[in-house]
Amino acid sequence: MEKFQTITSTYVPLPIENVDTDQIIPARFLKATTREGFGDNLFADWRYDKEGNPKADFVLNNPAYGGQILVTGKNFGSGSSREHAAWAIGGYGFKVVVSSFFADIFRNNALNNGILPVVVSDVFLSELFASLDKNPKATVTVNLEAQTIVNNETDKSESFEINSYKKACLLEGLDDIDFLLSNKDKIEAFEQQRAYAY
Amino acid sequence: MKTLFDKIWDAHVVATVQDGPTQLYIDRHLCHEVTSPQAFAGLRARGLKVFRPERTTLTADHNIPTMEQDKPIRDQVSRFQVDTLAKNAEEFGLTYYGLNNPKNGIVHVIGPENGYTQPGMTIVCGDSHTSTHGAFGAIAFGIGTSEVEMVLASQCILQTRPKTMRINFEGKLNEHVGAKDMALYMISQLTTGGATGYFVEYAGEAVRNLTMEQRMTLCNLSIEMGARGGLVAPDETTFNYIKGREFAPKGESWNKALAYWQTLKTDEGAAFDKEVTFDVSQIKPMITYGTNPGMGMPIDGTIPQLEDIDVAGKISFEKSLKYMGFVPGEKLEGKPIDYVFLGSCTNGRIEDFRLFTEYVKGKKKAENVTAWLVPGSWKVRKQIEEEGLDKILEEAGFALRQPGCSACLAMNDDKVPAGKYAVSTSNRNFEGRQGPGARTILAGPLVAAAAAVNGKITNP
Ligand code: SF4
Repeated sequence: MEKFQTITSTYVPLPIENVDTDQIIPARFLKATTREGFGDNLFADWRYDKEGNPKADFVLNNPAYGGQILVTGKNFGSGSSREHAAWAIGGYGFKVVVSSFFADIFRNNALNNGILPVVVSDVFLSELFASLDKNPKATVTVNLEAQTIVNNETDKSESFEINSYKKACLLEGLDDIDFLLSNKDKIEAFEQQRAYAY
Repeated sequence: MKTLFDKIWDAHVVATVQDGPTQLYIDRHLCHEVTSPQAFAGLRARGLKVFRPERTTLTADHNIPTMEQDKPIRDQVSRFQVDTLAKNAEEFGLTYYGLNNPKNGIVHVIGPENGYTQPGMTIVCGDSHTSTHGAFGAIAFGIGTSEVEMVLASQCILQTRPKTMRINFEGKLNEHVGAKDMALYMISQLTTGGATGYFVEYAGEAVRNLTMEQRMTLCNLSIEMGARGGLVAPDETTFNYIKGREFAPKGESWNKALAYWQTLKTDEGAAFDKEVTFDVSQIKPMITYGTNPGMGMPIDGTIPQLEDIDVAGKISFEKSLKYMGFVPGEKLEGKPIDYVFLGSCTNGRIEDFRLFTEYVKGKKKAENVTAWLVPGSWKVRKQIEEEGLDKILEEAGFALRQPGCSACLAMNDDKVPAGKYAVSTSNRNFEGRQGPGARTILAGPLVAAAAAVNGKITNP
């Protein structure tokens, strides 16, 4: 995994609530056996018409917006556990997703793929959308080390939560498997001493 | 004093990372073709074996046709994915129930029916409806592919301990109301994010009175309100269901297991982070009108008005109704529909087929309806045949298909065409879930049967 560094970037607004992983990557694209190529089908049914042409009214097709940060409505990533959703978001080029609320499994999947989910307050979120209305080239800065996010248009900032283990993993580019494998003796000891084993 | 969840969780803690997640031991791991190939590829890239191969079982279900399963899968990409699963099973020495294997079926149907799912276990699978297994008093939850790889490599997973919630269903259910209605009602009250961060225990008189299959339906839908999972304390209903199944403990081991399982309940006075109580006498047969499972209402109800929706939710609400072709304040009873899907890990078990069959017996399928009746497993299908339900269904104009996830997520050919309405016993009414442009109305098997016979949304 790549190490996560502080990002200042323009951002893409998706002010819709309850965006589920079926929208992020529809099931018919889940037939692949590798992790690559999902970015092309990110939000496929919102992004393309039946003939596969870009729909002008969808934000990813609007040249006014771009950047490495996706800012989206409450309860992002609900529904299916498909990690393909995180691969699609990462594959498209997003490094950070900002929302006021994330579904659990999506949040884990994002973190396991070096994508940082940043939870902000409802007020901060609506200001981010408002800043873009005024200036499509507005930027935000996300600093993982300091756990802060700054709306550079208003200079307002908020701090966000992340557990220190995950933070260290992202900053150092390590994943959970490295950690678990280093822990094999503990696993074997557990198997030996558990009170009721299946 | 501990909750049931605490007892099971604590019995599986291998280590706790400082300021971080818990390393949890996993008793059972179920895998299917869609969310596992990248995990096996990851093992290969790291030069790893599966750490405890006897604890992982594979089945093909998501991506398979529900007709002519004895022939090669026509869709080449799907076939490649299923073949990849078979190869991975062989290379890594894992048990695999492939197509036409008598134990093949939807991952959350075959676990319980073979006695593989037991109280007190930790169970994971790369599918969010793993919560189904919680019906047995197990901690069961869906995971992503990186986590599948973790379990294969180490039989462990890193998890942050969720908060606990108890949902009490008190009172007696009305006629024609079942576990699916309880679940849709609950999600409509709590919303799709209402239980995010929580693990739920279902309790109360109405839950105790549910059969195992109904408890599975209820737990199955836990994820639709954002919960990590949901569980029900095991009791005589649970033990009677498990006893004698293939992988259930036998003889002396059974007695030992039973003694342990009987301790698996929430201690009197144990505290939950949140507690909610519903009076089930308020619940009517439910349907959904929108594009998430929280947008549910009684079958004779009306869609909310725009002014009843909070500001931040208005855009999503309008978008959703536009997609469904409905308007605020509309009544859906009597609306013509085009498709009926009976199946999925939510409602694809024998009791669901019995309920559906009982309703359609002696009646005829409506001409305007295409009906897909998809058993959750070969065992379910076999039992349908043994009970003669297939004959009754046939007389009413219905045909039985072969098991799989089918129209639940429409990865195979069972896709609802754009703009068409489907009354579906599955679990998700998301945009495009049953095919691009498909419009899904979620309901229980009885409402589905009534729709199939009458060609429109009908109160059973
Ligand atoms: S039936 Fe649907 S929800 Fe259940 S395992 Fe299959 S795809 Fe997942």
